[in-house]
Amino acid sequence: MAQTEAELLNNPVAGRPTLILRSPDFHSITEAVAGPVERPAPIGWWLYFIPALALLGLLGVAVSWLFWEGIGIWGLNVPVGWAWDITNFVFWVGIGHAGTLISAILFLFRQKWRTSINRSAEAMTIFAVMCALLFPGIHVGRVWVAYWMFPIPNQMSVWPNFRSPLLWDVFAVSVYGTVSVLFWYVGLIPDLATMRDRAKTRTRKLAYGFFALGWRGSVRQWNHYETAYLVLAALATPLVLSVHSVVSMDFAVSVLPGWHTTIFPPYFVAGAIFSGFAMVLTLMVICRTAFRLQHIITLLHFDYMAKIMLVTGTMVGFAYATEFFTSWYSGNPYEGFTFMNRAGGPYAWAYWTMISCNVISPQIFWFKKARTSIPILFVLSIVINIGMWFERFVIIVTSLHRDFLPSAWGYFTPTIWDVSCLLGSFGLFFTMFCLFVRFLPMVATSEVKTVLPEANPHGHAGAEREVKGHRAAVHGEPTPEGAS
Amino acid sequence: MAFDSLRSLRAMPLLVNQLPPGPYYGILAEFATTADLYHACERVRDAGFTRWDAHTPFPVHGLEGAMGIRRSPLPWIVLIAGLTGAAFGFGLQWWVHAGAYPLVISGKPYFSWPAYIPITFELGVLFGALGAVLGMLGLNRLPMHYHPLFQSKVFERVTDDAFFISIESWDPRFDASATRTLLESLGARSVELLES
Repeated sequence: MAQTEAELLNNPVAGRPTLILRSPDFHSITEAVAGPVERPAPIGWWLYFIPALALLGLLGVAVSWLFWEGIGIWGLNVPVGWAWDITNFVFWVGIGHAGTLISAILFLFRQKWRTSINRSAEAMTIFAVMCALLFPGIHVGRVWVAYWMFPIPNQMSVWPNFRSPLLWDVFAVSVYGTVSVLFWYVGLIPDLATMRDRAKTRTRKLAYGFFALGWRGSVRQWNHYETAYLVLAALATPLVLSVHSVVSMDFAVSVLPGWHTTIFPPYFVAGAIFSGFAMVLTLMVICRTAFRLQHIITLLHFDYMAKIMLVTGTMVGFAYATEFFTSWYSGNPYEGFTFMNRAGGPYAWAYWTMISCNVISPQIFWFKKARTSIPILFVLSIVINIGMWFERFVIIVTSLHRDFLPSAWGYFTPTIWDVSCLLGSFGLFFTMFCLFVRFLPMVATSEVKTVLPEANPHGHAGAEREVKGHRAAVHGEPTPEGAS
Repeated sequence: MAFDSLRSLRAMPLLVNQLPPGPYYGILAEFATTADLYHACERVRDAGFTRWDAHTPFPVHGLEGAMGIRRSPLPWIVLIAGLTGAAFGFGLQWWVHAGAYPLVISGKPYFSWPAYIPITFELGVLFGALGAVLGMLGLNRLPMHYHPLFQSKVFERVTDDAFFISIESWDPRFDASATRTLLESLGARSVELLES
């Protein structure tokens, strides 16, 4: 196993390496992915699920108390009117973006390595958007009138202001959530049919069969299905870029120094992909070991993801530098003060946490040894997400805490309820993810099978590495040559 | 190559709701590899069958051509749905701000269309995506939870690792024994006659 992986990564002469190791046949891929869903939950699953459920309970308590008492239980107040809640919102929306990047943008660019991770990354997107939508919802204070955000005819004949970026945000994030669910479900249909056809009990047969919609893998169906998938990818690509751009406009369209800057949309999108890949990595490191999927989610996949994180992390660092340059070059004293205050004021600790986590730490990914070392990847994926949370905190809180007049200056300190809401949102996220890996195939088997050499009816070697004796592999006897 | 694309233009009936009247649904043949299936599909197509299908656990590249299936009309459905959504979004904002509930915001005109673009775009994408999914299900005649093919025990592996051709009994060229012989001669691993 270790030999094969090292060989895979360090033998450029042999051409493009195979994406899936151990040269499995189609059936063994089905078995590897569907098997864990059909067996009883291993003890390890409960070790993740129970703490996650406990944190979800904490969220329930925190949100109930918030509804009862009002947002005064949080630490935010004038001048810092947006604080942890909106930081959490932007953080979670950003996490989702890597899932759509993997499922849609890499699909359009024909990056076949995405097939091993796209299903779980899309699931991650959906759960992250759920967490994100929670925060603006509970932040409004009077949640019972949260429906005023939507253009619903009402007895007051009042309509929302469509010219406000905050309303664009409502539309962008809810459309993003809906389209992500549609994309994910369409991808799931063939695999749900696999679960249906393998089901041993009547309940499973009915449950999976109901959602598989009677899929029978007909080529006439695949024809429409693949077109639908392509079109959804083409729609999701501009959508995902628009979502974090719109989120950034919540800030950029205001006149506040530190927020009012045109670099925000691309800078936010790069940061979103950066943090999202870090979260995919955290989840995949755990899942591939827990479900023994090391031959499907290989070090090669981690290598590619680390490269994307290096690129996006450096882009984010470049954006930090550009912001500073612009504040100096603008000659605006308020802009200049805001940025000097960010790096040297009362929140300097947060600023330098952000710089070390987001800009300095990913530079280790210049080295292949780091990109293919599971412990380094795992630790860095967490470090990066801490850094990306702090990025949003720095943008929101440091820009607000120094108002134009010194008499209106303040300092934000979180309360226990701020912390509970953040921890609770992780509980919601991990509870959903645990349920996902328990009941649904976490790898898109019908897509992974297409990257095996024997999926190609013409058997071209082409740029792909030729697998000798692949006829033998088709009949269920993987050959030693097949692994090379 | 040109010949191939000409052949793929040949009219093939789309999926239909009705099933063959019986007594048989048709014949189901299993093939061992994608290559065997591909060549068998070419031969079945050239033999002039029209009401037949191939079944695979994953999309096999080029099989639509080997079967002579036309391109999916789905992108047109998506285009129409997406434009409808965008028009609806734009119209809604226009109507609200210039008609139903006019408010002066930052001294801008009521019909300040550039500010309507984000929501117009989002609703265009939303309707387009719904059009893609519902259109795909409609064209595929799904959901259809019962189908005669599900009687076959070997057909359970169609979502795992097996490749099939099914020829329906109402095809004008269908003949229970001759069609079976044809499929066997094409290298089928097993051939099965299914009741309707």
